[in-house]
Amino acid sequence: MAASTADLRSTRSNQAHATRALGRTLLYAIAISLGVLLMLPIVWGFISSLKPETEIKLLPPVIFPSRWVPGNYAEVWTTKLFGQWTQNSAFIVVLATTGTVLTAALSGYAFARFRFPGRNQLFALTIATIILPDVVTLVPRFILYYQLGWLNTYLPLIVPYWFGGTAFYIFLFRQFFMTIPHDLDEAARIDGATYFDVFARIILPLSGPVMATVSIIAFIEHWNSFLFPLVILNSPEKFTVSIGLRWFAISPVSDGRPLDHLLLAGSVMMTVPIMLLFFFGQRYFVRGVVMSGIKG
Amino acid sequence: VAQAAARPTVATRRRSGIARQEALYGYLFLLPWLIGLTVFVVVPMLGALMLSFTPYSLGRPVTFNGVDNYVRAFTNDPQFFASIWRTLNYALIYVPLSIVGALLVAMLLNQKLKLTNVFRTMFFLPHLIPIVASVFIWTYLLNPKYGLVNEAIFRLFKIDPGPGWFASKDWAMTALIMLALWGAIGGNQMLIFLAGLQGVPGELYEAAEIDGAGQLRKFVSITLPMISPTLFFNLVLGIIAAMASFANAFVAANGGPAYATWLYALHIYFSAFQFGEYGYACALAMLLFAVLLVLTAVQFQLQKRWVYYGGETR
Repeated sequence: MAASTADLRSTRSNQAHATRALGRTLLYAIAISLGVLLMLPIVWGFISSLKPETEIKLLPPVIFPSRWVPGNYAEVWTTKLFGQWTQNSAFIVVLATTGTVLTAALSGYAFARFRFPGRNQLFALTIATIILPDVVTLVPRFILYYQLGWLNTYLPLIVPYWFGGTAFYIFLFRQFFMTIPHDLDEAARIDGATYFDVFARIILPLSGPVMATVSIIAFIEHWNSFLFPLVILNSPEKFTVSIGLRWFAISPVSDGRPLDHLLLAGSVMMTVPIMLLFFFGQRYFVRGVVMSGIKG
Repeated sequence: VAQAAARPTVATRRRSGIARQEALYGYLFLLPWLIGLTVFVVVPMLGALMLSFTPYSLGRPVTFNGVDNYVRAFTNDPQFFASIWRTLNYALIYVPLSIVGALLVAMLLNQKLKLTNVFRTMFFLPHLIPIVASVFIWTYLLNPKYGLVNEAIFRLFKIDPGPGWFASKDWAMTALIMLALWGAIGGNQMLIFLAGLQGVPGELYEAAEIDGAGQLRKFVSITLPMISPTLFFNLVLGIIAAMASFANAFVAANGGPAYATWLYALHIYFSAFQFGEYGYACALAMLLFAVLLVLTAVQFQLQKRWVYYGGETR
């Protein structure tokens, strides 16, 4: 009797084991297929960007080119103003990201460390601006920039980010600063340091991780930015990469050659800085996104 | 005696002086943001509210025409209700699919598989591709004639011609949703869900197993309530993003064909930047703002019934 119960138990545990192994295999199968499915467009775009221009549109489509043409990348660089656009994007992104990080840090510090009347209400207001998508503020801000004479300049794409960054980044800084012990600033204050000294010499040097997080996310956001550059910039030599690429796509070239291979090469090139940043800063990136969701 | 009486006053005064100084510096640190909020958000929004009662276009003097813009939107603009309907249609399909999809992907990554980091990166990459680049790649993939997707459909199901995708008014919305889902199910929402799932204490599952709960029961009674704050967060932001969706539809199909991807955000854009009717576009933007405000407020009311705060989350 006892033996049969033990047998039963061991059979049952063997069964459970087999079921679990099967389940694991299935999970791996799902994960791999999903990964392949999601990566497919990226890989296909990359392969196609190395095709000769005549093989982009073939019936039936061929997966691998008859010969690889890395020259597409050299060609896109000198076609239209791609080089110029990349420089423009780099210029805007570096300035906008620097402003975002610095002023979001200041605001986050104010919300994390200082007691002042209206603090909680102002913080709630910061968070509330999340419900203002770009599309809502687009026309109002466009009219403001028109009044200021800022259209077709980089000012609207840089200056606002030197004034407080975005709710999300302020939130990230605040959460991080709240984890730094108060004793540090108090000790420095007793030694006669000003609030700015404390911020610049004690708090910021300890804030590498959150600075990295915000820099990476803001850099990607500014690099990918589309809507505001689209309405603000209207002379081709001032375009950013994203606006330039779209212009490239909709304006036929003079000799009527199909440009699809260059368009794909341009798309891939535009993605490379983002990918590099993500691979090297993945840890910080993921942490930032995750912090935003906890206690959202 | 006088000194003894004075001492607390000095101390109190010094303390209140410190508090005042602290408050002053607090405002000082906040100053850039306060200026930015005022100049780049509050003033333009108030200005736009005012301009929404005018037939304003750039460089013209401002003349009021009352609620004409709003009346026109509701009575004399065929694309107004049509674009709202399209946007709702898009949001009603996209938001649930993206949330359920992101949650399922997060649950998959929470199974402690080997190479989880590699999988996470693979799932996340589509989210990082700049919109213009991803739209170009997808318009090639979905090209009705030469695209890989229709070729696959032909090989597998012998359907020819396949769907027209962005070239067909019947398929453009589907293509748009596919494109958006591709970027979303492994993206930020998924990472947030994953963090939520990792925050569920293991003891809860152990206790439930002892009580004989199955997988489904554990999911419904433990996982869902414990991650309800992240679910709420993703839902609120997901709905706002869907209602304001612009770039994919604009770059892929420019609102067409036959208005099939003319979402509300594109209606605002074209009213202003194609037709030059800035006053009218301001009115449209104000209406969207009002709708988002109401939708979000309603969700914050409803969350009291289903979002569980507490447990071990900070």
